[in-house]
Amino acid sequence: MNHSRVNDLYNRHYGGLFLFIVVLAIVPFFVNSFFLSVLILVGLYAIVTTGLTMLMGYAGQISLGHAAFYGVGAYASAVMTGTHGMPGIVGVLVGVILSIVIAVLIGIPTLKLKENYLALATLGFGIIIFTFFKELKEITGGLNGFFGIPSFSLFGFSFDTDLKFYFLIWVLLIIGILFSKNVIDSRVGRALRSIHGSDIAANSIGVNIQQYKLKVFVLSAVYASVAGSLYAHYVTFINPNLFTAMESINFLIMVVIGGSANIWGGMIGAIVYVLLNELLKDIVPVFFPNVGGEFQIVFFGVLLVAILIYMPQGLAPTLGKLWGRLVGRKSKKQAVTGPPNADATVGGSK
Amino acid sequence: MLQVKDVHTYHGFLHVLKGISFELNKGEIFAIVGSNGAGKSTLLGTIAGIYQQREGSITYEGEDIGKQKVEAIVKKGICLVPERRQIFDALSVKDNMMLGAYHRYRHSKRTLQKDIDRCYELFPKLKTMEDRPGGLLSGGEQQMLAIARGLMSNPKLMMLDEPSLGLAPLIVKDIMNILDQLREEFGTTIILVEQNVKAALKVADRACVMERGEIAIEGESKALMKDPRVRDAYLGGKSQSIPV
Repeated sequence: MNHSRVNDLYNRHYGGLFLFIVVLAIVPFFVNSFFLSVLILVGLYAIVTTGLTMLMGYAGQISLGHAAFYGVGAYASAVMTGTHGMPGIVGVLVGVILSIVIAVLIGIPTLKLKENYLALATLGFGIIIFTFFKELKEITGGLNGFFGIPSFSLFGFSFDTDLKFYFLIWVLLIIGILFSKNVIDSRVGRALRSIHGSDIAANSIGVNIQQYKLKVFVLSAVYASVAGSLYAHYVTFINPNLFTAMESINFLIMVVIGGSANIWGGMIGAIVYVLLNELLKDIVPVFFPNVGGEFQIVFFGVLLVAILIYMPQGLAPTLGKLWGRLVGRKSKKQAVTGPPNADATVGGSK
Repeated sequence: MLQVKDVHTYHGFLHVLKGISFELNKGEIFAIVGSNGAGKSTLLGTIAGIYQQREGSITYEGEDIGKQKVEAIVKKGICLVPERRQIFDALSVKDNMMLGAYHRYRHSKRTLQKDIDRCYELFPKLKTMEDRPGGLLSGGEQQMLAIARGLMSNPKLMMLDEPSLGLAPLIVKDIMNILDQLREEFGTTIILVEQNVKAALKVADRACVMERGEIAIEGESKALMKDPRVRDAYLGGKSQSIPV
């Protein structure tokens, strides 16, 4: 392999990631505490949307119930650490196990449905879980919420400042993205893409459709649960209104904005969504002083429609193209075929 | 090679296959023709394991595969090229073909590349467009890709569901020639479901006509071409001359 080839590979696969990690490492030292908290929120949402990207963009299954898994993780951590005084990692693990069990129980019947029916079924599931959060007052505190969740600590190290938490979240996110990328590049990823392409064809080549749909649904639920657990430790107070169907729709909006057919799309969508949301809170009252309520959703509705019309693959492929031009490579193929990395090997390599 | 005995398949409450029986010899091309709703695609789906039969048996190389899952059946060397091609639009031609070898993931890259090259020899046009997304191919090219994807599973028995659907006559002729070539060069046994009865009977050794979930007529293709019932119903009547 000659020197230029090595450089090319480096630019393609690691250059962008390395630069991204450097920026992530530097940014918190140059922003104020408010912006740091916004970046933490972006990271938490991005963990959820990365899981959703695999489910929606690669396997082609829609979910309007992922806020429920986010909530299950949050409440599991809150109860295990706040009520029972267990270590934070136990709360996270309990949340993950609960989410896996619920995802399997819900996924087996619902994932036989398609499109609108699947969306409605998952929406219904989200509402049921929300009702549980609201009504199981002795465990969850009901609508009054759950107070006094301790900071997250791991092996005696407490993530008790925003800066420490920022690094925890973003390191987890990068690990989550790299893991997802590995899954997507493997034989499993190809099977997921075949399901997205055509159920019938996937079946005819020997892909167990139901099994893979369930696996990716469970995996995305785990991502949401971990994010929910960490969210509970970060804000130290949770109530059921944080895990409504609207929150699930917000996750969906983030994935569509970022680009569901790209593993970085979930994170890009979360960045755009959260930053725009904060920006709108500042800008809109200047022009419309009397406006109140959830006015941002109107803006995001318009943005969503515009993206679906003009950039149906979301922002990620466009940004990928720009990055490609920047490092002097052609990314046209990647933009057309959706996910990058569609190498020509069959899963044995993974 | 394949024995289908008294197979009954239902879609919900709908009794679609009502006691289908036939046998298939190795290296044979067997055509199944019939009108819409006769149950042809359901029959292929049942053999492929996509639909489960309620009664009867399907024996492949001495083993009952009637209750086996589709993944296991594909691994045994039975492949289905589904109706309307069902190409993975967003994936490249090569990735589409690699997905055909999905269950052979333990095979080395070199072996798989050899199989891809074999497909390219059969369909040279695909090689020139191996990086093109499957969705951008013409109907005929997609059909070639669908067959190539099926071949990547190394099938001993290949089932094609209406490969001529929506294709120009010249392309249909090419596709049928390819089927003959597959049988001659690779010894692949083929079940061909077709509405283009003339084309199917020309390429097949034996054939059957399905009507309302049952086999109405079965026999040598040449004999069926001359059968007045087939001629009247599917080949444009007695006045039609049938080149054999």
